[in-house]
Amino acid sequence: MSAISSRPPRPRFDVNGWLFVGPALALIATFMVFPVLHSLWMSFQTGLGVRLSFAGFKNIYRLFNDPLFFTALTNTFIFFLVQVPIMLTLALITAALLNSPDIRFRGVLRTAIFLPCVTSLVAYTVLFKSMFVANGLVNTTLIGLGIVDVGIPWMTDPFWCRTMIIIAITWRWTGYNMIFYLAAMQNIDRSVYEAARIDGVPTWARFLHLTVPMLKPVILFTTVTSTIGTLQLFDEVSTITGGGSAGGAAGPGNSALTLSLYIYNLTFKFAPNYGYAATVSYVIVFLVAILSFVQFYVARERKA
Amino acid sequence: MTSYALKQRFSSIAVYVFLGVMAFLSIFPFLWMIIGATNSTSDIVKGKMSFGEALIVNATTFFTQVNAPLIFWNSAKVTIIATVLTLLISSLAGYGFEIFASRFRDKIYTLILLTLMIPFAALMIPLFMLMRDFHLINTHLAVVLPTVASAYIIFYFRQSTKAFPHELRDAARVDGLKEWQIFLLIYMPVMRSTYAAAFIIVFMTAWNSYLWPLIVLQSNDTKTITLVISSLGSAYYPDYGAVMIGTVLATIPTLFVFFAMQRQFVEGMLGSVK
Repeated sequence: MSAISSRPPRPRFDVNGWLFVGPALALIATFMVFPVLHSLWMSFQTGLGVRLSFAGFKNIYRLFNDPLFFTALTNTFIFFLVQVPIMLTLALITAALLNSPDIRFRGVLRTAIFLPCVTSLVAYTVLFKSMFVANGLVNTTLIGLGIVDVGIPWMTDPFWCRTMIIIAITWRWTGYNMIFYLAAMQNIDRSVYEAARIDGVPTWARFLHLTVPMLKPVILFTTVTSTIGTLQLFDEVSTITGGGSAGGAAGPGNSALTLSLYIYNLTFKFAPNYGYAATVSYVIVFLVAILSFVQFYVARERKA
Repeated sequence: MTSYALKQRFSSIAVYVFLGVMAFLSIFPFLWMIIGATNSTSDIVKGKMSFGEALIVNATTFFTQVNAPLIFWNSAKVTIIATVLTLLISSLAGYGFEIFASRFRDKIYTLILLTLMIPFAALMIPLFMLMRDFHLINTHLAVVLPTVASAYIIFYFRQSTKAFPHELRDAARVDGLKEWQIFLLIYMPVMRSTYAAAFIIVFMTAWNSYLWPLIVLQSNDTKTITLVISSLGSAYYPDYGAVMIGTVLATIPTLFVFFAMQRQFVEGMLGSVK
């Protein structure tokens, strides 16, 4: 993300420049910067609906004594820690295999694997829900193949409910991340691989010691965007469990209650408490900031 | 056959099997959706994998439960307005940031990139209150407004503008064209593949958006197709047959856009990574 232009800087104040960026700046200020500061201010307030009063650190105290918050935090972390590595590894391997020049049907395979990300999050969630019902397609297939004896309780057991959600998200986003890796791989000089191959470096070692280090910037990019996405997980869990609409528990034992879903419920389902909901939302802000920083730091260290 | 060649043969078979399984799993839910649209709900929940005869019944149920023309019109309206405004405003900004220097440019640009990290959850309550104060709840303008200055698309246009030949611009200036004319008559046509790639991203995001429309669109006559599918599909015992009709119809526009513009899309993504 270099911010340096190739040409020498022009005068300090350029009316034309401000006219071009002005509309975007005004919109970002109104719909991004102002709201994010407003919710920081609200996080120190409490009350029902719009009747808010200053509460100091009361909301933070409530946060630490709120079992539902910790459930949501734990679930969000489970989705993040399990799903992101699985998906990115799968995407990286798939991209590396598709990138080799002597693979036939490359275009068709690439299109097929990319296709899931044209579906809306809501639509694909409904499809997955219908495949994972008690005596549905997935369970009958698994029993038919002799992998399990009785159907897996996808919709009633917390562990399996989370597993189903992880499978669904991985289906939707692997191809998307793969395209970024493929694009970056096409910029890598082929002769480096040829040299390593002639020197007798095995395929897996070429992948690990040549491809992966050269893709570091893209891997960082996809890790950060996937982290931000997973920490904000909402559409899928809301649709799969009805947790956003029915008002009951989100999945068995609230196993699909994520931070975003909890914030939504606090704001629009339960007796609306904007102040406390804003406090929970700032937990996500901090998590995103900390995790992005850690990821940048890790990527920078290894460069040496 | 030498053992080396045998080994090569095996590993290339393994590669095809892996990629084949990946491709199959990726496509399968689409097949499931199409087959499901022809089956009754009781067949769908039994996992029936062959075409059935319930297509008409499912379609009838869907179209009686849902005012489909209105709902699709709402989705189309939101998507078209969002796409046109986002492409215009974000490309103006991406171009402006790259072409014009000013003292604060880099600081402001960094600030814009930082907004990429703001989770939507931290915005939704203040945004909701803002829209209520503007009296925009239940309007499609409220859905569109917060999305049109997209930091991601601005970044994308700025990156791509680095490849815009500035000789063209200098020549146009010598010919006496004004800055907005250069943008409109030279930049936009020259950068059409960048616009095409951005178009796909923005179109799909807008068409598929859910959480923010869920918050601001509360009356039934303003709802979009994603909201309708979610409310039909999140019931405890959904009528899957009817829902499948909805998901098929909701997926057709994005599939169409993807296949019509696939080449530009991949090229555009290549451009953004370079």
